Amino acid sequence: MSSRAQILARVKENQPDLTVLPADLIALVQYADPVEMFGKVLDGIGGMMHPVKDYAEMIGLINTQFAGLPRIISTIPELKELTEKDWENQDPHSYENVDVAIIKAHFGVAENAALWVTESLMGQRVIPFICQQLVVVVHKKDILSNMQEAYQQIADSVYGFGAFIAGPSKTADIEQSLVLGAHGPKNMTVFVLA
Amino acid sequence: MSTGIKDHAALSDLFNQDEARVDWHDETLWFVRAKRDKAANTLEEWEALRENASQIKDNVLSNLHDYLSEFESNAQKNGVIVHWAADAAEHNQIVHSILKAKEITRMVKSKSMLTEECHLNEYLQQNGIEVIDTDLGERIVQLAGEPPSHIVLPCIHKKKEEIGELFHEHLGTPKGASDPQLLTAAARVHLREKFLTRRAAITGVNFAVAETGEFVVCTNEGNADMGAHLSEVHIACMGIEKIIPKRANLGVFLRLLARSATGQPITTYSSHFRTPRAGQEMHLILVDNGRTQQLGRADFRNSLKCIRCGACMNTCPVYRRSGGHSYHTAIAGPIGAILAPNLDMKQYADLPFASTLCGSCTNVCPVKINIHEQLYKWRQVIVKEGYADPKKAIAMKTMEFTLSNPSVYRTAGKAGRWVMKNAPFLVNNKLNAWYKQRDMPTPPQQSFREWYKKNNNE
Repeated sequence: MSSRAQILARVKENQPDLTVLPADLIALVQYADPVEMFGKVLDGIGGMMHPVKDYAEMIGLINTQFAGLPRIISTIPELKELTEKDWENQDPHSYENVDVAIIKAHFGVAENAALWVTESLMGQRVIPFICQQLVVVVHKKDILSNMQEAYQQIADSVYGFGAFIAGPSKTADIEQSLVLGAHGPKNMTVFVLA
Repeated sequence: MSTGIKDHAALSDLFNQDEARVDWHDETLWFVRAKRDKAANTLEEWEALRENASQIKDNVLSNLHDYLSEFESNAQKNGVIVHWAADAAEHNQIVHSILKAKEITRMVKSKSMLTEECHLNEYLQQNGIEVIDTDLGERIVQLAGEPPSHIVLPCIHKKKEEIGELFHEHLGTPKGASDPQLLTAAARVHLREKFLTRRAAITGVNFAVAETGEFVVCTNEGNADMGAHLSEVHIACMGIEKIIPKRANLGVFLRLLARSATGQPITTYSSHFRTPRAGQEMHLILVDNGRTQQLGRADFRNSLKCIRCGACMNTCPVYRRSGGHSYHTAIAGPIGAILAPNLDMKQYADLPFASTLCGSCTNVCPVKINIHEQLYKWRQVIVKEGYADPKKAIAMKTMEFTLSNPSVYRTAGKAGRWVMKNAPFLVNNKLNAWYKQRDMPTPPQQSFREWYKKNNNE
């Protein structure tokens, strides 16, 4: 008997009587001002939120914050004047020296400052992880309160790869001292578009 | 216990030799436990979430056969190559055969307690394959030649000066440097080179969704993603109990996992892998290794609901003061002590006794596993099966005789009080295990019975 058949047979033999899947929880946390909560939580996990009224204001802030950095890439058409051209279809290892990656998120979640990004928004899967600094753009109306709402939004959408990203890469493995920039981005900026 | 290997008590003795370190370890873990409480208290629905998660996992265990089949078929449709491993040896062989077919001899690995349980690193090294652990804590213990001492905080037992010494030796950091910022920066450079040059990556799996065939991996460092997205071959390893029915269930588990583990609102990255990247091979190994047997043990099957947050360790008064290595198994602490005897009742007979049965583990468990009740039940099974420590068995027999004979009990109590008062050296010596790291209490003048008799007559 193959291991597959053997494991499945043993599971069938040993699993207890069927219990029902519980109903989805209702009456979950709702924030009066989800954007304010999002910003507060993001600050607590080492990220920075900037509310902006339009792309023009955002471009001004990007130019100041990242002045002089040689490699800035983005998947957002509105930012193409600022960023490198034709970077998308290279070997993933070639992004090792990307200074700043600017991508969009489908939505954000106030309770944990996580942003939902799928690979169509990343350009390539490795981008938000390999860059030195990460910038994510999200619309104000797309900040939800909690994770149940997040999965209602994701529903049965199809993606090859997707991730919730909450703040910069971090570790506290050495004596519980928090250090930002373990392997991935050393900081994370979130622009919330009005 | 009788295998000649040191048991929990003996290994704790080693850890307890350095009292200052024990205090530091105890306080550090309690600090993490306190962060968990703070995070849990931010959500009014916290208890409802725990109950919901517990019921989802009950449903998973009761319908695991169908969920596994559903998951397999959906993962295959997504282009993932699915393997099944009956035990650790088969799991390790599968990993090796995948690497061999691609002629890969060097690889990176992110955190996977399953591969620790299977001793994958040792197996691959014996077969000429270099494995680099990329989680910072795991890399530190790997450089030190030790196993992780905690499932979430692998090097929580190490001081930064010791880590500085290891990095000086292996990564060339300046002698005496111990600043966490500096050491982490050195590890970043060291490990980035590995991510960029290794063709294969192993990751663990936190949750696998039957309905969609996708699997979710949670990290703070981003090491699973760096490995997976830069590799030609991604191998994900999971125990069969990691299945959840629906994608929407992730909303519950992702709210509980990081808050329970470290007090964070969520891990930095919760990555949902559904299909391989263009040109990449993605393998997934479903591992039994004793899980189907545990599923058949009505009193212990709940242990399979575990989501590996480590909250039971952080809160455990025994774990905090004995260290993860004293459990001599891949998964330490209270949850490890109810998982390990299933794999080898004789070798791990000591672990269910390494507990005060205070129940704190059960109180913090995000999926409501009755951990302390299972510890108590394992003790009964272990004694009945004849695997208990002979010293403990004799002590229990003596206690049973004493407690069931009132006159013997009264005489014994009197004798004990006399000895402690008049000849304390008879108990305050190293032959008495209760005297280690403790002072014996001052004996009372009289027993409760004597006191009651006297006061009730007046």
